[in-house]
Amino acid sequence: MEFAELIKTPRVDGVVLHRPFLPTVEGTLCLTGHHLILSSRQDNTEELWLLHANIDAIEKRFIGSLGTIIVKCKDLRIIQLDIPGMEECLNIANSIEALSTLDSVSLMYPFFYRPMFEVIEDGWNLFLPEEAFKELESMTDEWRLSEVNKDFSICPSYPALVTVPKDIDDDSLCKAATFRHGGRFPVLSYYHKKNGMVIMRASQPLTGTSGRRCKEDEKLINATLRAGKRGYIIDTRTIAVAQQAKARGGGFEQEANYPQWRRIHKAIERTNILQESLIKIVEACNDHSNSMDRWLSKLEASNWQSQVKEILTTACLAAQCIDREGASVLVHGTEGTDSTLQVTSLAQIILEPACRTVRGFQALVEREWLQAGHPFQQRCAQSAYSNEKLRSEAPVFLLFLDCVWQILRQFPCSFQFNEHFLVMLFEHTYASQFGTFLGTTAAERVKLKLSQKTVSLWSWVNRPQELERFLNPLYEPNSLVIWPSVAPQSLLLWEGVFLRWNRSTKCLDEAYEEMVHIIEYNKELQLKVWVRSSAAGQRRFMGPCISHMHILSL
Amino acid sequence: LKHLRLPHVEYVKLLDRYGKESTIGTLYLTATHLIYVEQDNHTRKETWVLHHHISSVEKLSLTVSGCPLLIHCKTFQRLHLLLPRERDTQDVYQSLIRLCQPVSEDELYAFLYNPNQTEAERRDGWDLIDMATDFSRMGLPNEFWDISSINSSYELCSTYPSLLGIPKTATVATVTGSAKFRSRGRLPALSYYHKDTKAAVCRCSQPLSGLSSRCVEDEQMLKCINDANPHCPFIYVVDTRPKLNAMANRAAGKGYENEENYPNIRFHFQGIDNIHVMRSSLQKLLESPTMSDYLVGLESSGWLRHIKSVMDAGVFLAKAVCDEGASVLVHCSDGWDRTAQVCSLACVLLDPYYRTIKGLMVLIEREWISFGHKFNHRCGHLEGNPKEVSPVFTQFVECVWHLCEQFPCAFQFNESYLLIIHDHVYACQYGNFIGNCQREQQEMRLRERTFSLWPYLLQNQAEFQNPLYKRATHNTVLRPSTLPLHFKFWCGMYNRYDKGMQPRQSVVNTLLALTLRHTQEQKTMTELQRLAVVDGILPGPIGTVSLPPDQNGCPRTTPTTSFGQSNGDCTSVSTCAGGKEDSGLEMSSQKEAEGSSATEHELQTKTDKPVSMVTQKEKVTESL
Repeated sequence: MEFAELIKTPRVDGVVLHRPFLPTVEGTLCLTGHHLILSSRQDNTEELWLLHANIDAIEKRFIGSLGTIIVKCKDLRIIQLDIPGMEECLNIANSIEALSTLDSVSLMYPFFYRPMFEVIEDGWNLFLPEEAFKELESMTDEWRLSEVNKDFSICPSYPALVTVPKDIDDDSLCKAATFRHGGRFPVLSYYHKKNGMVIMRASQPLTGTSGRRCKEDEKLINATLRAGKRGYIIDTRTIAVAQQAKARGGGFEQEANYPQWRRIHKAIERTNILQESLIKIVEACNDHSNSMDRWLSKLEASNWQSQVKEILTTACLAAQCIDREGASVLVHGTEGTDSTLQVTSLAQIILEPACRTVRGFQALVEREWLQAGHPFQQRCAQSAYSNEKLRSEAPVFLLFLDCVWQILRQFPCSFQFNEHFLVMLFEHTYASQFGTFLGTTAAERVKLKLSQKTVSLWSWVNRPQELERFLNPLYEPNSLVIWPSVAPQSLLLWEGVFLRWNRSTKCLDEAYEEMVHIIEYNKELQLKVWVRSSAAGQRRFMGPCISHMHILSL
Repeated sequence: LKHLRLPHVEYVKLLDRYGKESTIGTLYLTATHLIYVEQDNHTRKETWVLHHHISSVEKLSLTVSGCPLLIHCKTFQRLHLLLPRERDTQDVYQSLIRLCQPVSEDELYAFLYNPNQTEAERRDGWDLIDMATDFSRMGLPNEFWDISSINSSYELCSTYPSLLGIPKTATVATVTGSAKFRSRGRLPALSYYHKDTKAAVCRCSQPLSGLSSRCVEDEQMLKCINDANPHCPFIYVVDTRPKLNAMANRAAGKGYENEENYPNIRFHFQGIDNIHVMRSSLQKLLESPTMSDYLVGLESSGWLRHIKSVMDAGVFLAKAVCDEGASVLVHCSDGWDRTAQVCSLACVLLDPYYRTIKGLMVLIEREWISFGHKFNHRCGHLEGNPKEVSPVFTQFVECVWHLCEQFPCAFQFNESYLLIIHDHVYACQYGNFIGNCQREQQEMRLRERTFSLWPYLLQNQAEFQNPLYKRATHNTVLRPSTLPLHFKFWCGMYNRYDKGMQPRQSVVNTLLALTLRHTQEQKTMTELQRLAVVDGILPGPIGTVSLPPDQNGCPRTTPTTSFGQSNGDCTSVSTCAGGKEDSGLEMSSQKEAEGSSATEHELQTKTDKPVSMVTQKEKVTESL
């Protein structure tokens, strides 16, 4: 298919762009296969380049022959384009609608994007499971890397390589896989160096109403327990939801069959409810009514903050089991691709200082989200404004980022990256020039040949000139476990995402710059003092020697 | 001391917010403080609570583990104690009830407290903030405004200051006539003069207009205020009350200005609720449930709605003065609560001076203390009518905090400055906030018998500095957004003592520590340079470390020096006793953080326990 077929009017002059808190721009609007571009063709005015993929919904309005298109983006921005000429406006609107809802993955921009920079460190090779396993091997020999899923036949949503207990052979893994939803048998998620406890993740067991059991599954997870130790199973669903799942063939681990495990149920909502929550909170933030009661009740009704609280609480629980109780943990919900990953990845941020570095966090996203089979492409197909019927959209990853931001806010010196880094990840999951978040599983990514045909987000982010603005100037490596507060008073609305386009950031940017300035000045000063004092120190040191010699010569 | 029924109780449990995780310690009662001391092998943790800070003491029903005593503080601290014996509980309860609300002023802490100052120091301390100086800073008196001592004996208006800013054209007859037509004689007087526009913010109480009364002198007075601003043909008259309340007052012979009788006024209602609504709103806010329905509780308390209404009114004033160049006359009923909030907030918005450490003192001294905000009644310093108590000043402080959040570089001070002022308003340790008006303060001879808070704050200003302060870029009016979504719950105030809820690392404290280090390192540098010159390594004196010019083209030396420049009349930063809390250390879990020392702070407070506080330290040997 040619994009040109979808573009009836590629260019319109005299278009006026309105954006909140920014001056209006008048210029020429151009449509390309992947971008909407507005340029005033004057020096010093910025151009608008908007990926069609970033467009969530549009609205058209006409007053006489002046048409207006309201463009609502997946990054939650809303812009307005005034287009002279009814026909032009309709054509533009139709093209945007068609181009922003292309179904075929291979038509997506990452397959067309050619980087304007030289790829020095290829992000596709940065976080290979083999490398991660080498690190694990240096700490313990209780685990092995299994190739049982190398052709993705045992579990389509797992990567080719998974880490499992050493004593469990591939046959047992195959049998355990048949007992778990989507074949997602228990695998290693995190190894806690300090005490050797682990977090494992899986999907729900297929016990059904008949109470089916699977010896291999039981053996598999028991193999992770040290002698005489008990572990915790964290089911991210409420007991009621888990019970209902039995009717559809799912279920949960029965105490009788897993006597060494204590099961705890939490209440992280299912994906469709999370999406509703996103739609509501964004609606609340865009409602500029002057009534405080209305704002607070809408914020409350969106339930977004309670989702954040529940997810963080569950992650803290998992981390507590590991670090305080000295017990291993198995986490699962239903499919094991959403709430499970929120919990396992957040627990690692709490427990493991390395996950709070830029590289470590990238590795975490790669390991716990991309390779673990979070279906990014489905979850992020639409955002908060779309009128389309929802399929499997859900802000699962955005909620994870929100939780990370909450911890970052409470421990502003313990993360190597800053808030901008998290916001940037949010943007790229919904629309990007990079191939990192395309596809739904590792298998699909291989099939799409993403690593050959597209550029990795990490290849771009890790270039020093880009990375600089994502670094937290306050960072001081902190080797401790960091326990966030989950009291509702401690959890704030993530303004950086939800109010990003609804406020002027001038004063906040200024404060950030000033902070950077103070810290850099401090480094400069310290260096000077160090240089000068070591010079002076030598001199002082020599002083007495000389006088001593002087005495001797006398 | 006669009210102390027993000096200490042992084996007292202190429960946390959720009634869990208790610690065991000893409870001491002194004449001024309640002290709880936890001591195990390695640490000794002291919690000091000033009796004046206690707002309520409740005896809860007996439990198997002891007799519970719940103590709520005006600083939003909460102590849940379990005493082993009922009789002791009763004694402690009765002592505290008596001690926390003295019957007579003489019992207030300020009359006992002596920070080891000489009489001369005491006098200088009280002279530090002076209204005449502030008037001259505004450029007054000038051709339009007089600083009049017509109220020097408090006869014209007993609750007003002795010095009043009055339009030059207003005759004595006009002034006295106007005072008679205003509730409690609180006539229109100058609050703030905006040099650039020549517009003024004035304040008064409601007119005694009833259903149809009028007063020629009062009408004349408003005309004089109008005439004092040559650029604008009208003045705004802002009644900060909801319209309904103002109308109800008419039936009682009070009310509001009739636009027909006052030429050239534009009348506005602002809809801020009265002290009773505010009191119960705060109560609801503090009760607001802790868990899932937190936002519901926040909404139903109405607290943020009230904060927004005060902010909206302040913004209205600032816009009128700055954008329209129009003078504004503000009143509510008596003109000492809402009027004080709104006028002082407008000053903070309009004038960068009031965003400095010293400037805020001046502002509080003028708009609150001298214009007769009834601190005794509103704070409940003494036993009295509980219906007079209301968090009016707290709301002002919160509004300033919201501004600090929206404009992180516009204020010289940080959050802890607002908190310490709030603490001292209730503490009665210094004399500043005792009494209901200037006249009462003079009658109590506070200047001779107590000390002023302001010198203490200036001496310790290093810890109140906002390291991000950039005066150069915030030298004009602030234009905050008052959309509801820009207001949030102030956890740092209302959950201040729930340490677990606060961010575990503080950006402000980290930066503050850095800027303090800058000053030290610069000293080191200078010293090293001197040595280098002496030793002949360096040819001669070179300048101190300098940085490229900032955006404004001003050469900048260090971020710290800007503090000094910004506030020329401040005394220089004296001995900086280190950041209040070494937040860099205070990371990770509670357990791991325990035992991290707070030694510097400790030493400082050892001799001088200013207000309620928690200290913690390595084992010490001496007993209390």
